[in-house]
Amino acid sequence: MTTEPEITEEIIAAHGIKPDEYANILRILNRDPNFTELGIFSAMWNEHCSYKSSKKWLRTLPTEGPQVICGPGENAGIVDIGDGQCIVFKMESHNHPSYIEPYQGAATGVGGILRDVFTMGARPIAAMNSLSFGEVTHPKTKRLVHGVVEGIGGYGNCFGVPTVGGEVRFHPAYNGNCLVNAFAAGLADTDKIFYSAASGVGMPVVYLGAKTGRDGVGGATMASAEFDDTIEEKRPTVQVGDPFTEKRLMEATLELMATGAVISIQDMGAAGLTCSAVEMGDKGELGIKLNLDDVPQREENMTAYEMMLSESQERMLMVLNPDKEAEARAVFEKWDLDFAIVGETIPEDRFLIMHQGECRADLPLRALSGNAPEYDRPWVETPEAAPLADVPQIDPIDGLKGLISSPNYGAKQWVYEQYDHMVMADTVRRPGLGAGIVRVHGTEKAVAFTSDVTPRYVKANPVEGGKQAVAEAYRNLTAVGATPLATTDNMNFGNPEKPEIMGQFVGAIQGIGEAVKALDMPIVSGNVSLYNETDGTGILPTPTIGAVGLLKNLDEDLIGGEAREGHVLLLVGETGTHLGQSALLYEVFNREDGDAPHVDLTAEKKNGDFIRANRAYIRACTDISDGGLALAAFEMAEAAGVGVQIDTDETPALFGEDQARYLVACNFDQAEALMTEAGKAGVTISSVGKFVGDTVKFGGSEAPLADLAALYRSSFAEKAT
Amino acid sequence: MKAAVLVFPGSNCDRDMAVAFERAGAKVTMVWHKDTALPGDVDIVGVPGGFSFGDYLRCGAIAARSPITASLKAHAERGGYVLGVCNGFQVLTETGLLPGALMRNANLKFVCRALDLRVETSQSDFTSGYNAGDMISIPVAHHDGNYTVDDETLAKLRAEDRIAFTYDQNPNGSTADIAGVLSENRRVLGMMPHPERAVDAQHGGTDGVAMFRSLTASLETA
Repeated sequence: MTTEPEITEEIIAAHGIKPDEYANILRILNRDPNFTELGIFSAMWNEHCSYKSSKKWLRTLPTEGPQVICGPGENAGIVDIGDGQCIVFKMESHNHPSYIEPYQGAATGVGGILRDVFTMGARPIAAMNSLSFGEVTHPKTKRLVHGVVEGIGGYGNCFGVPTVGGEVRFHPAYNGNCLVNAFAAGLADTDKIFYSAASGVGMPVVYLGAKTGRDGVGGATMASAEFDDTIEEKRPTVQVGDPFTEKRLMEATLELMATGAVISIQDMGAAGLTCSAVEMGDKGELGIKLNLDDVPQREENMTAYEMMLSESQERMLMVLNPDKEAEARAVFEKWDLDFAIVGETIPEDRFLIMHQGECRADLPLRALSGNAPEYDRPWVETPEAAPLADVPQIDPIDGLKGLISSPNYGAKQWVYEQYDHMVMADTVRRPGLGAGIVRVHGTEKAVAFTSDVTPRYVKANPVEGGKQAVAEAYRNLTAVGATPLATTDNMNFGNPEKPEIMGQFVGAIQGIGEAVKALDMPIVSGNVSLYNETDGTGILPTPTIGAVGLLKNLDEDLIGGEAREGHVLLLVGETGTHLGQSALLYEVFNREDGDAPHVDLTAEKKNGDFIRANRAYIRACTDISDGGLALAAFEMAEAAGVGVQIDTDETPALFGEDQARYLVACNFDQAEALMTEAGKAGVTISSVGKFVGDTVKFGGSEAPLADLAALYRSSFAEKAT
Repeated sequence: MKAAVLVFPGSNCDRDMAVAFERAGAKVTMVWHKDTALPGDVDIVGVPGGFSFGDYLRCGAIAARSPITASLKAHAERGGYVLGVCNGFQVLTETGLLPGALMRNANLKFVCRALDLRVETSQSDFTSGYNAGDMISIPVAHHDGNYTVDDETLAKLRAEDRIAFTYDQNPNGSTADIAGVLSENRRVLGMMPHPERAVDAQHGGTDGVAMFRSLTASLETA
């Protein structure tokens, strides 16, 4: 029998439990916790699991709408796509593990988010990821880029989910903390969704999937800590992923659900067995008793503490309908996965952990999640940005070259070609530009996915930056003809104990809230990652928005063509003026000043509705975001392999990043029709150029498309890998 | 045409392959790897892409020892048709139904991309819908597609006109740009590119349709 360490101040601090939190534990228990109990508290009360700094603000987000089947609080959010079908989706960060061990950190991030989706009864049909790295010259960056991209590919490709979109950015603020935000979406029948709330007393609690080892013990606590120079010592807290087991676990789980054996189910993510059991008991207002002797174990002599805190991957916990035990067991034997009854539901509010005949933890279950601390952290509003200093007029082709020669704006095929984006044979629009689209198998419906944020904006102006992330997601969905449905937010910030960081968080939430309300794309799931700081330096505030849109009928709704020789180039929205925090300033002049562009949500809605209502006249469409008209027009031309001429050579008109704008390619007759419709709808539209020849021409400045395309296609691999 | 598609743990293109056969008019049965027999009247067996057994040990090596594989070999030895795509091609080299081996891509990276293939021979029921020399666009998605054979085998493959497809731009370092090879009786085809991802204009184009159509045509009249 192993003896547990005595509880000392050092041990309490090492578990990330603050003195006032420990006092709270003493009040709840009326006694000192033992070592295993302390571990359970630390797992449940750390920032990663408890959202203790963010809950107050997350509650303010709009989460409801007729299209929402399930909002935040479950493993993932669920949105209705009609015909008895729904999309289950979420985005989640795996930032800290990925910085420590990029391949496994990113891989298990993908694994975790896929599990969140299939736990609810949905087969994953699409993945995306939003990646932020330090500057390319930083000694760690290239290794992280290789490792993270290979890890995402290694897991998603083997599992068999198409990765159809994402973002990659570089900025020195991420030198000490990269961000890996993984998104997954699955398809389910609306009447076959599974939730985590346990029900029924004396029901068997079943452990499914891979065996438990010591990997990741303390991982959730690590993910809520700032980094310093001891970071290399943290590697053993990163878990190791096995996508082959996950694939089998998914198939077995979906088969099991079809048998009627599952009363409730929860995946084991951060702080595995602890979080999943408490979650199921808490939501079902039941207690849980576990006997750890029955937990399938990969290593010998594991203690109760280790088993309760292990983050071994590819595991689930389920409350079983006892009449179906034989059928359920047969499914897991077919897939050669562990299936073990490890406990039962009990009527009282109690979390009871037995191991080797002894009680190792006896805690009030509800207090573990319900009584988790909640902070109203002090915050200060981000000061208004100083006015933008003069921006010199630049030769527009030089400006464009400055953008596309940067790995931030160069083509990302080096990344997405390492991801299988076609498996399942329903990918209608591959990664590269704008939203990815996946058809709903066997139908003419399709779902569009995008992930967006411009962290420079959020830093300069958290409220407008938060709005902008949502608005850009809205536009990316709109530009392919989709109707935006709902959103997941992955909030990546620095240390919330600093009032200015907390102020960024509060501002971004306000902006996101306003935007999702105005654009009718409620938040249905999300994740918060705080303490993204190293040696006191925080990341750019990065509230990644993942959004889902619906195309009811591909033939009628999809805007999926390419520009052709002779097409007219129309600008929907106002002429560009805003250069503050722009890509041009950052990439060409090495400046990050001025305010973020402001978002007029009424104009966003009006212009988006206009695009959707006039799909029939539009051959190709793209939203205008960072890089402005110049970059958007170049990208359209490059994708189509035809030159483009823009009349203006004014820097603000070409590189301004004003919002609520789209570029449209169509023939002359269609352009006339669009002009007429725009007049009726009160939408600003103007002809800004045409697709012609084999050069890119802005006013009098010109370069061969082939040369620019070569630069655009090579800059990422050359500079970032 | 009656087709069977094998399903190993870790197969993930099994549904895609079944859909491609069905679109060409075939009746498809899915067969679990622990089964020991194929449906009796099967004309063609599809060995799908994916990561059977997680690619552990060697790609395709464990699947080549699954219970169903003995029946697969017997089917091929009887003159039955077999189409192995991607991981399925790896399984076919591991079972010895096709020569050579699929090594890790020369640049060590996974690659997913639509590529141009040259049809090297129309002399098989898989390729009779094309003309030799046709260029077709078929997607690849693999980490271990570097087809490797010794000089003697290569000479034999060439002499017997058994190279079905070659890459226009070799993505993985394969010997002689080989993308797909035929068995001696020309009834077993293994290829790294995914023809089942090229049977649908909304998805990956339609250049793979001719393969499934010509198979159906040959096997219906057989």
